[in-house]
Amino acid sequence: MTVGILLLVHNAFGRAEQVARHWVKGGCPVVIHVDKKVPRETYDRFVLALKDLDTVLFCKRHRCEWGTWGIVAASQSGASLMLDRFAEVRHVYLASGSCLPLRPVRELRSYLDARPQTDFIESATTADVPWTVGGLDAERFVLRFPFSWKRQRFLFDTYVEIQRKLRLKRRIPEGVVPHMGSQWWCLTRNTLTAILKDPLRREYDAYFRRVWIPDESYFQTLARLYSPQIESRSLTLSKFDFQGKPHIFYDDHLQLLRRSDCFVARKIWPHADRLYEAFLDPSEQAMKGAEPNPGKIDRIFAKAVERRTRGRTGLYMQSRLPHEGWENGFSSAPYSVFEGFADLYEGFEDWLARETGTRVHGHLFAKDGAEFEGRQATFAGALTDGVKIRDYNARRFLTSLIWNTRGERQCFQFGPADSQIITWDLAKDPNAQISVISGAWAVPLFLANEDFALLRAEAAALQKIESEHLDALRSPHAKARIRIWTMAEFLEAPAEALQTVIDEFPGSTGRKLTEMPRMVDLTGFGRFLQNLKNQGMDPYLMGDFPVEGAPRPAATPLRRKRYMIR
Amino acid sequence: MGAVQSYRLRLQRKRWRIRAFRKRRDLTPVVQRTGSIRGSDILVFSTFRNEIIRLPYFLKYYRDMGVNHFLMVDNGSDDGGREYLAEQPDVSLWGTNASYKRARFGVDWLNWLQLKYAHGHWALVVDPDELFVYPFCDTRPIRALTDWLDASSIKSFSAMLLDMYPKGGIADVPYSRGQDPLEIASWFDAGNYSIYRNHKYGNLWIQGGPRMRAFFADDPARAPALNKIPLVKWDRQYAYVSSTHTLLPRGLNQVYDEWGGEKASGILLHTKFLSTFGDKAREEIGRGQHYAASREYLAYAEGVTENPDLWCKWSEKYINWRQLEILGLMSKGNWA
Repeated sequence: MTVGILLLVHNAFGRAEQVARHWVKGGCPVVIHVDKKVPRETYDRFVLALKDLDTVLFCKRHRCEWGTWGIVAASQSGASLMLDRFAEVRHVYLASGSCLPLRPVRELRSYLDARPQTDFIESATTADVPWTVGGLDAERFVLRFPFSWKRQRFLFDTYVEIQRKLRLKRRIPEGVVPHMGSQWWCLTRNTLTAILKDPLRREYDAYFRRVWIPDESYFQTLARLYSPQIESRSLTLSKFDFQGKPHIFYDDHLQLLRRSDCFVARKIWPHADRLYEAFLDPSEQAMKGAEPNPGKIDRIFAKAVERRTRGRTGLYMQSRLPHEGWENGFSSAPYSVFEGFADLYEGFEDWLARETGTRVHGHLFAKDGAEFEGRQATFAGALTDGVKIRDYNARRFLTSLIWNTRGERQCFQFGPADSQIITWDLAKDPNAQISVISGAWAVPLFLANEDFALLRAEAAALQKIESEHLDALRSPHAKARIRIWTMAEFLEAPAEALQTVIDEFPGSTGRKLTEMPRMVDLTGFGRFLQNLKNQGMDPYLMGDFPVEGAPRPAATPLRRKRYMIR
Repeated sequence: MGAVQSYRLRLQRKRWRIRAFRKRRDLTPVVQRTGSIRGSDILVFSTFRNEIIRLPYFLKYYRDMGVNHFLMVDNGSDDGGREYLAEQPDVSLWGTNASYKRARFGVDWLNWLQLKYAHGHWALVVDPDELFVYPFCDTRPIRALTDWLDASSIKSFSAMLLDMYPKGGIADVPYSRGQDPLEIASWFDAGNYSIYRNHKYGNLWIQGGPRMRAFFADDPARAPALNKIPLVKWDRQYAYVSSTHTLLPRGLNQVYDEWGGEKASGILLHTKFLSTFGDKAREEIGRGQHYAASREYLAYAEGVTENPDLWCKWSEKYINWRQLEILGLMSKGNWA
C-alpha cells in the first residue's frame, strides 16, 4: 500500500516537475492538476516533460482563484482519478507545486502504514479558530460569495453588506456542521470515496460552491461525516502571516526545516536552490522517525507577525511612525526624572549614580544644551548636546536616548529653567518616574549673590513655569509615576523620601541607602523667601518656611496664601 | 485629504511626467542594450558624473545582489567612466551635458527612462555611492525580496540613507578603484534621527546623522533629507517628485506603519565620505549644480578643517544588516 500525491500546480513548473519525480521515485503515484489559467503551450510543455513517468497523470483542469470553488473542484477531479487508476493507494496527500517533502518518502509511507485508518485533516468549528482573516468566520457559511475577493473587492464587500442588512441567511444542508482548517490534507481512500460518492454530493457541492474559501472547509466539514478517525492537524508545515498569506521558506531556513521533522513544507521560494538540492537528494539521511515538531518555526513566524502588527515599543523609524496614542508606549524603557533634587543637594548626580548604578545626566533639556553624563558633547547613538538639534525634535531626542541605551536605566534632572517642550510627553509616559521637590528652584537663587530685583523677577518666572508643569503632572492625562513634595514637606523627612524613590529602581528593593547626599546650607532661606514676599511676590510652591532660624518647617499642608494687606 | 488636494497632486504628477518627456531630448544614447531586458528583470537606474573610481564596485555589488540590467545617465564625465560603462554587457548608457540642476538633479532624466523602460519591472534608483541593504540580503538575492513584495501586494520599499564615514580624517585613507568603500567608511550614527510626517505627500521627513551634527548644528531644519524610497514596482503613471524622497501617486509614500507595527524596510549605505570627497566638493561648488546651492558642500568647505573627522566616541561600526535591524534603523517587518 502506498500514498498517492495530488499536486496542485499553477507556476514554477520546473520545481513541480522535480518534486513529482521525487515522489515517483519514492514509490508514490502522482496526479497533477494544472490551473486552467496557465496557457496551453506551457501546459503542453509541462505534460511532455513528465511523459516518461507512467505513474504521473494529469486530471481535468479547473480555473483556480484564491477563495473560490475551483480549488475544491480540482481536488475532487484529482482525487477521483487517483482512486480510479491507482488501486494500491490507501492515502491521498494533497500538496501544491511549491510544497517540498522534507523527509524521505519512505518515512512518510511507513508513518501512514502504521496509521491505516487515520485521516490527517485540520478541522475545527468556526467558534474555535482565531485565525480567520477579514472578519468573516461564521458568516462564510451563511452568506453567498459570488464575487472575487481579489478582483472585485468592491462588489464582494457591498454584497456582503447587503446580505447583512437584509439579514439574508443560507440554509446549511442537514447534518452538516461547518468545520475549517488548513487546505492541505491527507485522507484515506475510504473517507475520500465516501465523500466523492455520496448520494447527496450534488447538494453539498451546490452549497459549498457559494461558501467563502471552500478549500478550507469542504473536505474539512465532510470528513467529519465519514471518517472513523480524524487526526485534526495537517502533515504539511504551512505558516500564515497576519494577512492570511503563507510564509515563504528560503535557503537560510534549511537547518530550521531539517530540525522540524515535518513531512512536507509549504511554501518554498522557487529559487531556493539549496533547499531543493538538500531535500530532494536521494541520499538524504532519515530523520529518526520522530513526530513532526514545528515549534521553533512557529515561534519565528509568530514573532514576525508580532513585529508587523505591534512593532518594537519606543522605536520610531522609517517604517514605524505611529499616530499619537498608537505607539504601544511612548518610550522603550523606564527612566527617572528628578526635579529640584540637584538644587537641594550638592553632587546629587554623582551620589545617585553611586547609589543606583544607573546612568545619571544633568539637565537634558537645559536652555543652553543637553547636559549628558560627565558633560560629554555626544552620547549614545551619537546624540549631540547642541540646543538647536535637540529642540528641532525634542520628542525624538528623548525617545532616541532611551532607545539607544536599552538595558541601562537613564536618570536626568529637569526643572523650570529648562526648555519645557517635553513636559506633556513626560507626564503622559508610563515609563517615566517623575519625582518633584516643588519650589527647590529657589535655592540657587537664594545662594546667588545678585541684584535682588533681578532675582525676584526670575523667581516669579520660574514659579509660573513650574506651576504649569505641575498642572500637567496632576492632569487626568498624566500616566507617569509621579511624586510631588513641596520643599517644606520634603525637608521634614528627606531620607525617607529619597528611599521611596530609589526603592522603585529595579533590583534595589529593600536596600537601604548607604549614605545621604550633602544638602546645601539653608540658613537664611526663610528670610530670603520673606524678602521675596516683601517685594510683592508670593513664593508658594515650596510650602511654608519660618522667617528666621534653620529651616525646620512646621507640618503644614500645601496651601496657597492669599495676599494680605496690613 | 480632500478631492481638491488629490486633484492638485494628480496634476502635479502629470506635470512631472510631461517634464520628463521634454527632458528626454537632453539624453543621447551611448550604448543601448535595452532589447535584452526580459519581462521579469530587476533594473537599476542611476545618474553619475566622474565616478570611474566607484563604478566597478557599484556594478559588482548590484550584480551580486541579482540585478539584471543597469540603465545609467552620464552627466558629462571626462574621467573615462563613460567608456568603461559602454563596455559592460548589462549596461545601457545615455549621455548628456545638460544642466543637472535644470533636470531637477537628474530626476527628470530618470523619470523618462523609467517611464520608457521600467513599466512592470522592479526598479531600484540609486547613486553610485549608495549601497542598498535589505533584510536577509546576505542570504537571499534581491529577487527573493521583490517576489515577497509582489506576493504581499506591496509596491514600494523604503530604504533610509545612512551616512557612512571613516574613523579619522575622511581624506586619511585613500580609496582605490574596485575596493569595497565600507572597508574605509565603516562607521555610522545609530540613533540621532529626527522624523516628521510630510502631510502633503504623506511621506516621512528624516534628518540627522553625521551631516546634521557636523554641518547643520545651527540650522538643523536645512539638513539633508535621509528618507528614500528607492525600490518601486514601476508603472508608467508614476513619477519621482524630488530625488527618491517623494513619489506620486501619494499612496506609494506610505512605506511606514501608523498603528504601532513595523513594515519591512532597508538601508542605503551612503559612502560619500571617502578620500574622494574633497575633490568632489571643490568641483561641485564650482558647478553649483547641487541641491540647495551645494549647501552641503559649502558647509563642508567652510568647515574648520579641510579634512573633517566625523567619527565620535559613540559612532557604531558596521557589521551587517542584522545589526541595523537590531538598532532599529531598518526592519524585517513580517518577512521571516
